[in-house]
Amino acid sequence: MNTAILERQAASGGIARRSALILAALAAVAALALFGGARYGFMLAIGLGFGIALEGLRFGFAGPWRAMIVRREPAGILAQLLAIALVSIVAIPAISSHPGELTGAQAPIGFAMVGGAFVFGAAMQVVMGCGSGTLVNAGSGNPIGLLALPFFAIGSFFGAYGLIWWTNLGALPILTLRGTSGLAVTLVLLALVAATVFFLGKRGSRSLPRRYVIAALVLAALAIANLLVAGQPWGVVYGLGLWVAKGVNGMGFDLTQSAFYAAPGSITRVKESLLTDYTSLTDIGLIAGAFGVAAWRQGGLSQKLPSYPARAWAATIIAGFLLGYSSRLAFGCNVGAFFSGISTGSLHGWVWFAAAFAGAYLGIWLRPRLGLEARA
Amino acid sequence: MTRKATAFTALAGLLLLIGADLIGAPLNPYQAPPAFAFGSGQVASGGFCGALPN
Repeated sequence: MNTAILERQAASGGIARRSALILAALAAVAALALFGGARYGFMLAIGLGFGIALEGLRFGFAGPWRAMIVRREPAGILAQLLAIALVSIVAIPAISSHPGELTGAQAPIGFAMVGGAFVFGAAMQVVMGCGSGTLVNAGSGNPIGLLALPFFAIGSFFGAYGLIWWTNLGALPILTLRGTSGLAVTLVLLALVAATVFFLGKRGSRSLPRRYVIAALVLAALAIANLLVAGQPWGVVYGLGLWVAKGVNGMGFDLTQSAFYAAPGSITRVKESLLTDYTSLTDIGLIAGAFGVAAWRQGGLSQKLPSYPARAWAATIIAGFLLGYSSRLAFGCNVGAFFSGISTGSLHGWVWFAAAFAGAYLGIWLRPRLGLEARA
Repeated sequence: MTRKATAFTALAGLLLLIGADLIGAPLNPYQAPPAFAFGSGQVASGGFCGALPN
């Protein structure tokens, strides 16, 4: 009798909690659309969708790369490639037919870009979180993600601060795959990588679980919506650096010593609300969406926090900073360079993928040595 | 300590950030762009990690 009453109370409490979460999300989106503009409301909704999808479907970028390298399980990377291919089918023709209105994640390949991608690949394996992953982890209560996030933002600010100096070390012109032929080349390259990953994968782990297929479809739909609403692809690290830049500017520091922040576009964005910055809105949505899923789940927030040695916390701070700094040099993280770069036809996305994947081997080797997991 | 503490810390940090930003840079719906960039005829001008500043 008592057990039945307790179960009923728990169920009604769960319904109230979940109703409050839905109402809070709808109210936030509606308020922003009303007081800021419809586009910003849509972008927050898209960001919430990213957070809900990544945390709800337990999908990401760092984990699948680790699974492939350590256990030869290719399913996660195959799902990432599927999502990228789906986005490219819409994005590359749309950018070609609407130049100016829509822009891709197109950036130059250079020395700093390649080095930055390598360092990012290593750092993301140390903290087991990429650009989106760190935000999702922080929102869902992962203490490593929570500690890494502010240093990620600080690193992103300093990376942007010196970006022009780094780029001047040497870079090619921006190389892009455009139109129907560009789409065909992108799809062939994605198929070749998928086939390579598939055949290198362990037998019995090559099929895509339904959860991954759903994740790929949802992420692709949200990324396309991001492009059509904002006019630019899904990104993460720009927004984090902007948050720090606004704080630094607010404290009276002169940002015009930096070629990056002295540019008119940067000055405007530092002055305007971060609720009108597309990357910031999707970043906010990633954190809040992941929080919502964790709070929605029965017992999602009642897990005890793990214990780590001091060197693990120190490594998290350093890796968090490096994630931010290196991703600015690399013109994006897993999202901005790998996912959005390749899906909008930028060749730098492919180079980023190769360099970051090489860096991931170093990060996987470092992680247990830094106390972030038990040694095998 | 459970994840409740860390998750709420993340959420509180986010709300603080947004609150502080709104005080310094209030929103103005009368300057809002069209709902969709696609078909708007306007040049995309948002900040992006893959783009050099203009």
